[in-house]
Amino acid sequence: MTRGSKRFWLTWALALVWFFVLLWPLLGLKDGQVTFAAAFEVWLWVAGTSFVLLSAWRLNKAGAFTAVTGPLGRVKARLDSAALRVPTPVWLVILAAGALIYPQFTGRYAQDVAINVLVYVCLGLGLNIVIGLCGLLDLGYIAFYGVGAYTYALLSVHYAVPFWLSLPVCALFAAVAGCIIGYPTLRMRGDYLAIVTLGFGEIVRIVLNNWMGLTNGPNGILGIHPPGAYVPSLADGFTLEHIWLRSLTPLYYVILGLTVVTIIGVHRLNFSRIGRAWESIREDETAAELMGVNTFNLKLLAYAMGAVFGGLAGAFFAARMRFVSPESFTFMESAMVLSMVVLGGMGSIPGVILGALALVALPEVFREFELYRMLAFGGAMTAMMVFRPKGLWPAKRFGSRSEEKD
Amino acid sequence: MADQPLLELRDVEAAYGNIKALKGISLCVYPGEIVSIIGANGAGKSTTLMTICGIVRATAGEILYQGRPIQDKAADRLPQTGLCQVPEGRRIFPRLSVRENLEMGAFFRRDKDDIKRDLDHVLELFPVLAERTKQEGGTLSGGEQQMLAIGRALMGRPKMLLLDEPSLGLAPLIVKRIFEIVAQINEQDGTTILLVEQNANIALSAASRGYVMETGRVTMEDATDRLRDNPEIRKAYLGE
Repeated sequence: MTRGSKRFWLTWALALVWFFVLLWPLLGLKDGQVTFAAAFEVWLWVAGTSFVLLSAWRLNKAGAFTAVTGPLGRVKARLDSAALRVPTPVWLVILAAGALIYPQFTGRYAQDVAINVLVYVCLGLGLNIVIGLCGLLDLGYIAFYGVGAYTYALLSVHYAVPFWLSLPVCALFAAVAGCIIGYPTLRMRGDYLAIVTLGFGEIVRIVLNNWMGLTNGPNGILGIHPPGAYVPSLADGFTLEHIWLRSLTPLYYVILGLTVVTIIGVHRLNFSRIGRAWESIREDETAAELMGVNTFNLKLLAYAMGAVFGGLAGAFFAARMRFVSPESFTFMESAMVLSMVVLGGMGSIPGVILGALALVALPEVFREFELYRMLAFGGAMTAMMVFRPKGLWPAKRFGSRSEEKD
Repeated sequence: MADQPLLELRDVEAAYGNIKALKGISLCVYPGEIVSIIGANGAGKSTTLMTICGIVRATAGEILYQGRPIQDKAADRLPQTGLCQVPEGRRIFPRLSVRENLEMGAFFRRDKDDIKRDLDHVLELFPVLAERTKQEGGTLSGGEQQMLAIGRALMGRPKMLLLDEPSLGLAPLIVKRIFEIVAQINEQDGTTILLVEQNANIALSAASRGYVMETGRVTMEDATDRLRDNPEIRKAYLGE
């Protein structure tokens, strides 16, 4: 045993002791009785598993498994290069086809989860503009989701405006809300901006909660229409029949369409002149200004664009649930979306999609362990920051930009 | 010397909160000149440049560029008039590639073909950068970053280039190389240069005229060869 490994295992032992200290109050205090057995059992499992995993990891680092990992690595490298040789459009077509036929092979529950994932993908991509591209930490992003949802809810309930017509209105209202929030706050930088946006997010929620006349307060708004569609009907001649898209399968296609629009929009923004300006602001605001970038307007635009996508997702949310209440727009939701962006990789579109999948779909898969969700969540985040600090699928900085192809 | 100054400051004052950084600065830069401002830490040299560029707002006085007042213009409107700055500490965009950094320098320009030509010109001027166009700016060495910062400013086709401490933290050989390039820019493109330096020795040999700043004021102004012979300057700034 070398000195380095001694230190390593000592740290591990200390961490385990600390873990037990944390774990015991969670599991050992029940109905006023103090037990150690339950906590000890879980602790033993964690200790054993981590010991095996860490030993394997260390042995691998020392080169004990080269006989196995060598050939495996070569196979992986070959697969990687093969995957790279398949052009991106082919991958996109495969993905799109998979997404299109998904509802044909899955039940209600799986479709419900998929719809949730897609809503969060839209939200994550919107927030990604603000955080990933422009570098502004926004902790109140969910407010725009709320603005979009309530805009559609009110339009639908009071004026019976159809969903598709409401979409641009919701986007506009969210953008205006983004500008209203952005205008006074964007003079601040860094941590201060985060705190102020956090406050604004809460203001929006509290207004929704208390403006009884408009939003019906905590009781929420009921009776929102689902999206409608015209389908050709051949019953008597050729006519268009209006139907409500109530069931999950058509709703899945609606949000899939919205997501595709969002992805294309964010991608186009990302690789435009505006996207470049946003990135320069993220990198160094003063230097960007010296290069002739109107930093204030562009930051405001980033806010507004992020809000637009949040607002669209919100409108869909209202149409799907047919009910909105302020409870859906708490800080927890903002934190969730933020986690997706950070976990997936800031500034990376596939990363944000993966992040949303990981944070919405995986908890569904592990439903039995629901009680430990937050614990696992925290652990997973910590592990991520240690092993992949740039996110699951980090933003690919070079090689894909149009002007670098020449 | 040309008749009208390209850049003129008249009793410019600026402050950070309650702290007055500039207490009435007046200076002139004529077309085609290299002028340097020397002074100790905290004399207000960098603030002067930041005030010219509109990042720090002048609280009093006038800044004239090409005969027109610019002290109330928005900072992002100035590069298109040919007034470009290489800020102190280089301030390149660390996670953008070298090429993207250079392209940012031409952000306000729309003439794509000319931008391409200027890009080639800058890469010719700095062969080190040409080898690394796809590398992230933050991974370059200090000297390369300084060259990138200068190259980035040149992409804006400046008539007047403000250089803030290009020698900061660099090895003497690289400083020498950078000042050669500065001289070359001045001679070949006719770019007027206002240079701020702590390294008085190199600043005074590069420029034709110099200003000495102390605690927010200009205390001396002369041709550089006379400044170099001035016993006070020799003692205070040239370390003799």
